[in-house]
Amino acid sequence: MREYLFRRLSLLIFMLLTLTAFTFSLNYLFPGDAITNLSGQVNSSYAQSQALADKYKLEENIIVQYGAFVGRIFNGDWGYSLSSGQPVFEHILLLFPATIELCVYALAVAIMFGIPAGVIAAVFHKRWPDNIINSLTLMGFSIPIFWLALLLIMVFCLGLGLFPMSGRIDLLYEIEPLSHFILVDIIAQSFPYGGLAFIDALKHLALPTIVLAMYPTTVLIRFTRDSMLNVLEQNYIKTARAKGLNRRQLILHHALRNALLPVIKQIGLQFSTLLTLAMITEVIFSWPGVGRWLIESIYQRDYPAIQGGLLAVSVFVIFANMFAEFSHTLLNPISRNQAHGKI
Amino acid sequence: MRILLLGTLCTLLLGCIDEPNVKLNEKNQGLVYCAEANPMTFNPQVTTTGSTIDLIANQLYDRLISIDPNTAEFKPELAESWGVSDDGTTITFFLRKGVQFHHTDYFTPSREMTADDVVFSFDRLFNVYNPYHFVGDATYPYFQSVGLDQLIQEIIKVDDYTVQFKLFNAESSFLSNLATDFAVITSKEYADILVAIENKSQFDNKPIGTGPYKFKQYLRDNLVRYHKNESYWKHPVAMSQLVFDITTNNTSRIAKMLTKECDVTAHPSASQLSVLSKRADIVVDKAENLNIGYWAFNTEKEPFDNSLVRKALAHSVDFKKILQAVFYGNGQVAKSYLPPASWAFSKQNNMPTYNPTLARKYLDMAGYKEGFEMTIWAMPVSRIYNPNARKMAELIQSDLKEIGVTAKIVEYEWNTFIERIGKHEHDSVLLGWVADTPDPDNFFSPLLSCTATFSDKNPANWCNPEFDLLLTKALDTTDIEERKAFYAQAQAMIIDQLPLVPIAHGMRFQASSKEVKGIDLKPFGGISLANARKQ
Repeated sequence: MREYLFRRLSLLIFMLLTLTAFTFSLNYLFPGDAITNLSGQVNSSYAQSQALADKYKLEENIIVQYGAFVGRIFNGDWGYSLSSGQPVFEHILLLFPATIELCVYALAVAIMFGIPAGVIAAVFHKRWPDNIINSLTLMGFSIPIFWLALLLIMVFCLGLGLFPMSGRIDLLYEIEPLSHFILVDIIAQSFPYGGLAFIDALKHLALPTIVLAMYPTTVLIRFTRDSMLNVLEQNYIKTARAKGLNRRQLILHHALRNALLPVIKQIGLQFSTLLTLAMITEVIFSWPGVGRWLIESIYQRDYPAIQGGLLAVSVFVIFANMFAEFSHTLLNPISRNQAHGKI
Repeated sequence: MRILLLGTLCTLLLGCIDEPNVKLNEKNQGLVYCAEANPMTFNPQVTTTGSTIDLIANQLYDRLISIDPNTAEFKPELAESWGVSDDGTTITFFLRKGVQFHHTDYFTPSREMTADDVVFSFDRLFNVYNPYHFVGDATYPYFQSVGLDQLIQEIIKVDDYTVQFKLFNAESSFLSNLATDFAVITSKEYADILVAIENKSQFDNKPIGTGPYKFKQYLRDNLVRYHKNESYWKHPVAMSQLVFDITTNNTSRIAKMLTKECDVTAHPSASQLSVLSKRADIVVDKAENLNIGYWAFNTEKEPFDNSLVRKALAHSVDFKKILQAVFYGNGQVAKSYLPPASWAFSKQNNMPTYNPTLARKYLDMAGYKEGFEMTIWAMPVSRIYNPNARKMAELIQSDLKEIGVTAKIVEYEWNTFIERIGKHEHDSVLLGWVADTPDPDNFFSPLLSCTATFSDKNPANWCNPEFDLLLTKALDTTDIEERKAFYAQAQAMIIDQLPLVPIAHGMRFQASSKEVKGIDLKPFGGISLANARKQ
């Protein structure tokens, strides 16, 4: 186990190094001055740009520059956004929780619906529940989420007026941002506005969560179904059946745990897709998260912000994947014997 | 057991909901205004961008005097009365007593507004020794472009409630310049505290004024939150909270009106007005407005320094078609540079008409028979004078192709756009101007004078001494007929030289929920939400 941990961690460090090296090189690949891209300071006076060159070690060779860059990243000095003039790191701290919040809820919904549906489809293999679930999955899988989002907005926001179409909460509710997770904050402040703010936040969450959950749900359904079918083919299941276990005991006690192992790994892998989809969802629902900010920054050619946003998102994806692999290993002794780390 | 648990959980949850809520009412006492862009700053002295002025000027600040939109007469605001000396060079303001600056969590005033604050507010603009003069690059675009820094000799505090402006010479537009949204009164006490703690840049970002609302929170791309100023000197403020929901997308703003996420929305685009007017719970107001949408050329750049090229371009575009496609019949074709509602308006008979053959001939004469490449900068937001610059740019692009000119459309985020235009990076730009006062000089000096070029305002980058002389002459006299004559010459000169092509004058629209009352559309200046209330 120790060797396994060591290998995974060294892989992680290597990944982070490559990532920072790539981000660092963006400073030179983006149009404009490297110094502006690094610091986010425009039109600085001679003295200022000297100080900046000193700080960013621009006179030294590229390796030293890179070293200084990594040092700054760890110190939380990610430069200043060109369009707002605020530190990029502050923006990310403020916006990332909103994105994570949305992703976590969407993933929770996907797990809640995807896994049971997959199990049902496998258990009723090639019978009507399987067929229905299969065709719905195919549909959900093929709908582009921006189209689904617009459709839901048309029907539920503009048509029926049931849900709001933008933001995290009605702007007139003033919620003190403590953790930046809106539901957590509302609960921590013991339901201000007589619980109405909480309900309003849930209403704001509903549509983006559904839209974002659509893709991972369908993936999980297919995966659970396949893996469950695989397990049900195994000899020990046949033995258990021959011994006279009823179907419920068989599925819940013997098949499910083994069938879910690959699914857990899959959940971790979903995170990178989820973050990409979250960006689209955020733009459509004006969700104040890191994805919308990143896209806005691209539109504004705000290079320090693009850089910081990319770095933050990719680091998060790497950690999420690592975490999924660890938990998978903890639950599945077989994979511990794999000597080499995988991404 | 499980059912019992579920039951308890349900009751618990419902308990939260059914609790009598005191603060529920508070939500209904707030107003959400959907704005089209982030504010660039919170101090109107340092900007002329309309979308920013709408958000800050009349909400957070007051001026010494204002102009009545109906009678065009000056009205007392922070100055109760004023007097002008016989030679017109000394103007004395007698200030209102008992006016409080905002009490916020970052500043608590210890005294009322006095002459010190007034002197400080204007001193910052003109005095290089003022500690705040160079905060934010020392750009005061409005004041610099109308040349107030060349006009004011001295600002004197006579006593605590009397301030005297001494001018080098009398100027007819001086009072109306002081009545614009930019001439706000800021707190000297607050400024002194920030100097003491060495945080001067906070002055323009965390504003303290005397206006109906006070600053609470600003989240970029998201919202601006104000609370009501309980001790507003003018009248009690009805709304406890004012939130600007920053929604850059036109369609989103309309959709938010439909879902009731906005109570009021700025600049609904003309093409979508029919959707809004179908709803019984939404009121669309329409009002005439002093503005001009134009297509300006960077006259310092080749080939636009040649007036023949400018003429060729002006004649190659079918503006009638554009007006239909962009304004949907809600705009007036420009017949001069000034809008017809202005008293100095004089109709120009030689306005450029759509005539590709003539355009080709001009190009030929200028030596560009083969045509050339150029950029058209289209502003990304919808403003009164141009509801859809992108579409307009596309139409112009296709018209220009006819005469062999290849145009590329350039777009940036609004605040970046303004900044780059100020640096004159463009070839040509679709932009406009909304008057801040009914005085016609407001259309000329801030936009087309030489001083405007130096203060990054002149989008045509056009500095013509002859033209400037006309403007100065018009300001030196108070005789209306004489001024009219000078402005008529100025208008003729613009059409003759075409540093910019006047396109249209738009109508000001505003959509609001039925229960929102008290927001009047003025023919000039930024919007005021001081009297807004819900019924």
